[in-house]
Amino acid sequence: MSHPQAATEFLKDQAKAKWHDETLWFVRDKRDRISKTLPEWEDLRNLASQIKENVLSKLDSYLEEFEKNAVRNGMRVHWAKDAEEHNEIVLSILQKQKCTAIVKSKSILTEECHLNPYLEKNGIEVVDTDLGERIVQFLNQPPSHIVLPAIHLKKGEISDLFHEKLHTEKGNEDPAYLTHAARLHLREKFLKAKVAITGVNFAVAETGEFVVCTNEGNADMGVHLADVHIACMGIEKIIPRRKDLGVFLRLLARSATGQPVTNYNSHFRSPATGKEIHVILVDNGRTAQLAREKFKNSLKCIRCGACMNTCPIYRRSGGFSYGSTVPGPIGSILSPGLDMKKYSTLPFASTLCGSCSDVCPVKINIHEQLYEWRQEITKTHGELGKGLSMKLANGIFKSPLAYKISGNLMRTALKTLPKSLIYHPINSWGKGRNLPETPQESFKEWYQKNRT
Amino acid sequence: MNLNALHVGLFIPCYVDQFYPKVGVATLELLEKFGCRVSYPLGQTCCGQPMANAGYERDTEGTARHFISLFKDFDYIVAPSGSCVLHVKEHFPKLRDLEQEQREIHDKIFELTEFLTDILQVKDIKGKFPHKVGYHASCHGQRGLRLASSSEMNGTPFNKAKGLLENLDGLEWMTLNRTDECCGFGGTFSVTEEALSLRMGKDRLDDHEQHQVEILTGGDMSCIMHLQGIASREGRKVKFMHLAEILNQAIQ
Repeated sequence: MSHPQAATEFLKDQAKAKWHDETLWFVRDKRDRISKTLPEWEDLRNLASQIKENVLSKLDSYLEEFEKNAVRNGMRVHWAKDAEEHNEIVLSILQKQKCTAIVKSKSILTEECHLNPYLEKNGIEVVDTDLGERIVQFLNQPPSHIVLPAIHLKKGEISDLFHEKLHTEKGNEDPAYLTHAARLHLREKFLKAKVAITGVNFAVAETGEFVVCTNEGNADMGVHLADVHIACMGIEKIIPRRKDLGVFLRLLARSATGQPVTNYNSHFRSPATGKEIHVILVDNGRTAQLAREKFKNSLKCIRCGACMNTCPIYRRSGGFSYGSTVPGPIGSILSPGLDMKKYSTLPFASTLCGSCSDVCPVKINIHEQLYEWRQEITKTHGELGKGLSMKLANGIFKSPLAYKISGNLMRTALKTLPKSLIYHPINSWGKGRNLPETPQESFKEWYQKNRT
Repeated sequence: MNLNALHVGLFIPCYVDQFYPKVGVATLELLEKFGCRVSYPLGQTCCGQPMANAGYERDTEGTARHFISLFKDFDYIVAPSGSCVLHVKEHFPKLRDLEQEQREIHDKIFELTEFLTDILQVKDIKGKFPHKVGYHASCHGQRGLRLASSSEMNGTPFNKAKGLLENLDGLEWMTLNRTDECCGFGGTFSVTEEALSLRMGKDRLDDHEQHQVEILTGGDMSCIMHLQGIASREGRKVKFMHLAEILNQAIQ
């Protein structure tokens, strides 16, 4: 389904669409307020952007430095060129451990690699332990937001779901009650899992450690109870020095949810005695994106989701309308790099309003990249009709005479044509909007009469 | 500044020329009231923005060359549209043989509001406009030309349009819940993403109505055409005027 079709579907339930818009606006507003309590906010954004600039300019050497230090710390480091390799590496670790049930926390990367279905196909039970992720997993849905995975669901829907899956009281929508039920359910899963998978928010080249940021503490619970910790990270998650965390941790939680800091920022450096930590460094299209001069900045992303919360399109069309693992503005500049044909409508799902670029904590020029992707996509996937009418328009606009004739024709036509024709269903302007009243004369005609 | 020595080229976007000649007239008269020598080059057409935003910037070389040849000799170029000005500044295709001219045009083209506040240094306009006014911040003016501080960013708040309007006698500047959210026009977006475009427009109108706005104003008729189109279809009471029309009327 193209983005316009999916958005039209989403908007059919007007009340829910309004609720979705207001819920995410609430998060953005919270982010606005807390970011304004830091006088140095814009300096932090600049710094973060520059640090990431530096990372992208020598990504290879930082990755090797990280590997060297991580191995020295006793971790094992794997390299995966794509999703398939990543999944195979995870499976091989699990098989070596004879592990058939795992817990997982906070990893959009594993969503991107479609790890869950792959493992399930190979006989392994995967339980997402983040509450929102567990909810969408029960529904067999992907997350609709990278930080708020179940933001498309209302309390009542979750209550019904938990009643069905966890046998909670029918109709009890109390968040504390539902969360408690989820905790009991998850505790049993935590205790059984010999292997825990987490994502990575930041990996520090200088020290060979990595940091996982969560609010629920579920990543820590999973990892500390398991014998083996597998951390999956995109190669762009590297930062040079530990002290750089001071910049990114301050930006991340404020941008994501409007909190001063995430509840748990856990550093992992060495496995405990008798345990193992594996880090999988995943490319999966990232080096290809790095090679695209106009789009490489998209790799600065720290996955805070602020561009989704601020985007007037995302808020009114929902995460699923994008059909990509990472939805919203950042997804619309990342996804075409993975599959331009499949995601060809995403860069057009924007008014280029620029709010995403102003909210971005690492100052990715998101709306400019949306514009640039449009230029790329029309070269190979442009609809012929659009191309033709545009060429025609260029023909008209570069010739003053042609413009005058077509303008006069249009105004005359709008004045004399019957309304039924102007507001024909194929003219989507007229479905919910009137056209402006047509004036007697153009400005040019007025000017010629009055000023020359 | 001896304004008479400077020659302003008036750039009237194609849809303003065709649908909103009154906005063109108001812009011209307003600039003249502030003492500018203004000419409107008759051969002008469209800046090419609709094509470029649809992904066909490469097909707009002809329009860009035409624009440059018409406007290159003016001291300033002024247009009552942030969106078209931003397009000329940022999205003209690079023309190797006209690099110098493109650079100059980039630096001397202004949206009307910023031309009044930054170049003419207009302050404290004397005039009367006894109405409750809501301002629609068009995104390209707002975040492209920085005509006002962006609600996402942490800096000293400012709004150039407010600076021009707020001292008019009787004018009440109504503050909105969402001061700079997009109206959903977005050029071709308004037809390719029709459902979203409409929803966004209605939400903006609701915000203005909740704040008892009588007259919704802004610097871009494209957004206003979209909002007005919805309002007129739905029989909403709010009225629409371009910022130039308010100022020109108030200063009479």
